[in-house]
Amino acid sequence: MSFEFPLLSLIIWLPIVFGVAVFATGDDHNAQIARWIALAGSILGLLIAIPLYTGFDSATSAMQFVENYVWFERFNVNYHVGVDGISMPLILLNCFITPLVVVAGWEVIKQRVSQYMGAFLVMSGIVNGVFSSLDAMLFYVFWEASLIPMFLIIGIWGGPNRVYAAIKFFLYTLLGSLLMLIAFIYLYQTSGGSFSIQDYHQLEIPLTPQILIFIAFLLAFAVKVPMWPVHTWLPDAHVEAPTGGSVVLAAILLKLGGYGFLRFSLPIVPDASNYLAGMMIALSLIAVVYIGLIALMQADMKKLIAYSSVAHMGFVTLGFFLFNAYGVEGAMVQMISHGFISGAMFLCVGVLYDRLHSRQIADYGGVVNKMPVFAAFFMLFAMANAGLPGTSGFVGEFMVIMGSMKINFWYAFLAATTLIFGAAYTLWMYKRVIFGAVASPAVEGLEDISKREFALLAILAISVLWIGVYPYPLTEVMHATIDHLLIHVNSSKL
Amino acid sequence: MQKLYLLVPLAPLVGALIAGLFGRFIGPLWSHRTTISLVFVSLLASIVIFLDVLEGNNYNGSVYTWLVTGDTRFEIGFLIDQLSATMMVVVSLVSLMVHIYTIGYMHGDPGYQRFFSYISLFTFSMMMLVMSNNFLQLFFGWEAVGLVSYLLIGFWYTRPTAIYANMKAFLVNRVGDFGFLLGIAMVLMHFGTLDYVSVFAQAPGIVDEKVELIPGMPWLVITLICILLFIGAMGKSAQFPLHVWLPDSMEGPTPISALIHAATMVTAGIFMVARMSPLFELSDTALSVILIIGGITTLFMALVAVVQNDIKRVVAYSTLSQLGYMTVALGASAYSAAIFHLMTHAFFKAVLFLGAGSVIIAMHHEQNMQKMGGLKNYMPITYWTMFIAALASAGVPGFSGFFSKDAIIEAVHFANIPGVGFAYFCVLTTVFVTALYTFRLVFMTFHGQPRMDAHTKEHLHESPWVVTMPLVILAIPTIAAGWFIGPIVFGDYFNNVIHVLPQHDAIEKLGAEFTGIGGMMVHALSTAPFWLSIAGIFTAWYLYSARTDIPGKIKSRFGFLYNLLDRKYYIDEFYSWLFAGGTRALGTALWKHGDIKVIDGFFVNGTARVVALTAALVRRYQTGYIYHYAFTMIVGIFVILTLWLY
Repeated sequence: MSFEFPLLSLIIWLPIVFGVAVFATGDDHNAQIARWIALAGSILGLLIAIPLYTGFDSATSAMQFVENYVWFERFNVNYHVGVDGISMPLILLNCFITPLVVVAGWEVIKQRVSQYMGAFLVMSGIVNGVFSSLDAMLFYVFWEASLIPMFLIIGIWGGPNRVYAAIKFFLYTLLGSLLMLIAFIYLYQTSGGSFSIQDYHQLEIPLTPQILIFIAFLLAFAVKVPMWPVHTWLPDAHVEAPTGGSVVLAAILLKLGGYGFLRFSLPIVPDASNYLAGMMIALSLIAVVYIGLIALMQADMKKLIAYSSVAHMGFVTLGFFLFNAYGVEGAMVQMISHGFISGAMFLCVGVLYDRLHSRQIADYGGVVNKMPVFAAFFMLFAMANAGLPGTSGFVGEFMVIMGSMKINFWYAFLAATTLIFGAAYTLWMYKRVIFGAVASPAVEGLEDISKREFALLAILAISVLWIGVYPYPLTEVMHATIDHLLIHVNSSKL
Repeated sequence: MQKLYLLVPLAPLVGALIAGLFGRFIGPLWSHRTTISLVFVSLLASIVIFLDVLEGNNYNGSVYTWLVTGDTRFEIGFLIDQLSATMMVVVSLVSLMVHIYTIGYMHGDPGYQRFFSYISLFTFSMMMLVMSNNFLQLFFGWEAVGLVSYLLIGFWYTRPTAIYANMKAFLVNRVGDFGFLLGIAMVLMHFGTLDYVSVFAQAPGIVDEKVELIPGMPWLVITLICILLFIGAMGKSAQFPLHVWLPDSMEGPTPISALIHAATMVTAGIFMVARMSPLFELSDTALSVILIIGGITTLFMALVAVVQNDIKRVVAYSTLSQLGYMTVALGASAYSAAIFHLMTHAFFKAVLFLGAGSVIIAMHHEQNMQKMGGLKNYMPITYWTMFIAALASAGVPGFSGFFSKDAIIEAVHFANIPGVGFAYFCVLTTVFVTALYTFRLVFMTFHGQPRMDAHTKEHLHESPWVVTMPLVILAIPTIAAGWFIGPIVFGDYFNNVIHVLPQHDAIEKLGAEFTGIGGMMVHALSTAPFWLSIAGIFTAWYLYSARTDIPGKIKSRFGFLYNLLDRKYYIDEFYSWLFAGGTRALGTALWKHGDIKVIDGFFVNGTARVVALTAALVRRYQTGYIYHYAFTMIVGIFVILTLWLY
């Protein structure tokens, strides 16, 4: 693979350029043009990301496809991008989800189409930027920028309570990231004027500042993941967001938090990470059990899936702080898998919402009688959400539970309760929505999924099954990076 | 030969995919033709493999690498030996019969293709389970059969009882799987691999290792592993107290009750423990637990069967009790007897279920035995095959169930670990109860005066050949399968597969006395089980054929006992109060108080309110009047000066 070719920059900027082009189509007279440009841009974005996988050298933990240019010389800020085994799969996930979201909004979004489609493309580029930044300032810019499109998507195309949800989302996440900025400035000072993340990895820091930095990072990342108890913005945001917004929020934006832990917290402040691991594990396990119980009682499908996302992301943070290969790789697999499954679950709810304009479980019942094909897809994704072996949902949870057992029996015990709770809330919802006799005249009038919806769900179904049956290629690219990370985390920097 | 191994699970999988994805286009006829011929291919391959294994050709190898993490490789692979080959033949044979039977039973059902897709998918999953050479794939098959069971119990998804029963089944099984997965995690942690052969090879090395889950209470690691794994078996094989899902699973169509909830899936737990015999042998505590759980299930579930009036529920409780027998056998280290009973039970229970299904078709989907009676003359084939199966179930000498059950009872008699006395009492008493409920079913259904309405009676006739043919074919092993007890249980058939420590080896002692099936039958005449079984049949005849007025009197005299049995010891009520009610109350409390009041109400919106309040307060000082500002400055200067001067 030629290292001269600025592949990563292309992956970051091409969707943004297309996004701007979509904006330029203007008002809804040109909606069809906007849709097609958006689709072309998102598919092109996916295609150009493929060389990232094929040209990736999984034998090394070093950064690949690196580009490094001076940006602000005075503050030593660089446009420095590159990927390793942690960021590469996440970029691919993002590029994969974007075309799906564009197609998902195809007929559903009728107002301000160009702005809607454009926002998703721009966000896709920004998120690629977050995952590939190797300069803390560049990272911070992309990180904060990613808030804006989602804020607009919820605030403009959202439900009745969208303004409260959008502001809650914005403030919650902004508050966390400001502390991260302070941590960056501290690290800039300590490192003698560098914003290079890789320099930070080598920096020796005493324990007390390490803990403070850890907490600053924690607030930024924990809100994004979201971890208990800073998760309450997520159900509100999901409920109000349009389907596409929910898909990207769950599939991609939550992963920014998880990625942050791996790129910043663990390697920059390993001693603090070890010191506070017990607390992090406790918070993660609370997320699994407490949120699992709450999800059970939700009457709103989107809220239920949002809570289930929090519980599943609990496995991600749990896996990180086990500091063994099972845990960290399992957490990575869980992130990718959650991208597919939660995306698919929100699409399924979207399919129903587009028809009946209700997310309340009680408004449905007996949908299978009218939408058998849809019911079959929904069954697959519900089972994946419940972690059935053979689907991607199992792989990550299995690995993290195996990793927990190595540390402490009770960690594994609490984590494994997801087998019961996850199945309980998912299948209970499925039973009330899908099974039974036709519950109302509205359900009687339902039509089965269109070809467009079929294509979306089929692509996700194949992905979910593929990772469940053969996760080997996915984990293969991570080994070198994660092994290196684990050695790094387990050696003191004091 | 290795390609043949792949063919066994993949052929039904292909069938399931074709019927499931393209069933609409190819229609019912081609759906059942495709799935049936592919399951037939699977049966033929299984038989060829079985014969190959008999010649001593075992196989243990991997198909592909599922995942590599840390220093562990997780493989998907096959272990083909006497145990898996036997299971493969039993599973594919019963599955094929059930496929054929389904043509008749599900005729005209709108979900016809879907049904064939599910049962083929089940066959695939069950094959993956029994052929596995590692714990991971075992767990895959384990959960996959659970999924298909869920789909099939809820097959008629408009029935509220069916969709309640399937969720209950899945969740109760998940409770078992919770323990099972923890057991697998402990295996991985202590052995560093999930491959059977390497785990078993290392097992003796950790016999003395201990772990303190609760500080100050050391447990043997091996005991903990075995009990956790057994919790999984309790879920799948419906052992007390995780048995509650199996009776409700009768909401599913009858063919799957025969295939999944009697002959194959529910025996997965028994198969698993037998497969893990090198581990279980190392823990006397675990074996005692198994004995006691098995004993409770055997006796108490059999008692419930006596008062049931729904024909399928009688058979369902009978299945629970028979699974209890197998579990007791495992606890007594008589693994080969457990597997042998698994096999004979698969045949006679399949006949009982499929026969019950045949009766149900004839009765226009009436399942209450109180409305049957006298069917013997209308449905001779169903009657005679079910009669044979009832004799086998009651353990009458000569029929398959006799040999396997007698071996279990004798093995328990010879065993010497704690709890064996209780288990022996249970299995012995249950012989009488089994004969009683089985023949109660036979007499109430087939003998006496017809009690159905005139319309149903007019239409009574024997079922079509697709229904009776599987009955007749399965009746053959129902009689004859027991005759092979010599080589299978007492011989060296399972020698390389099942490991029994010398001090546990009750089967060895039995085998020393074994002179042949004739000798076993003659010997039985002088033992308690035989007379108990005859007494049971006689009691059934007396109460349900000769003096049909007596059961009603007993019922009113012992009302409390009757209610206790009729309500199944109130376990369902207790569970739904404690677990379903408890979790929902807890969930609501956490949500309303934790999330809404504390986190959102106090912290999040509270913060917002404090900010708003402070801002409102501070805003008052920004009045815009110069003289206010000037006054503040003067006060400030005054304060600073005062401080500075001091």
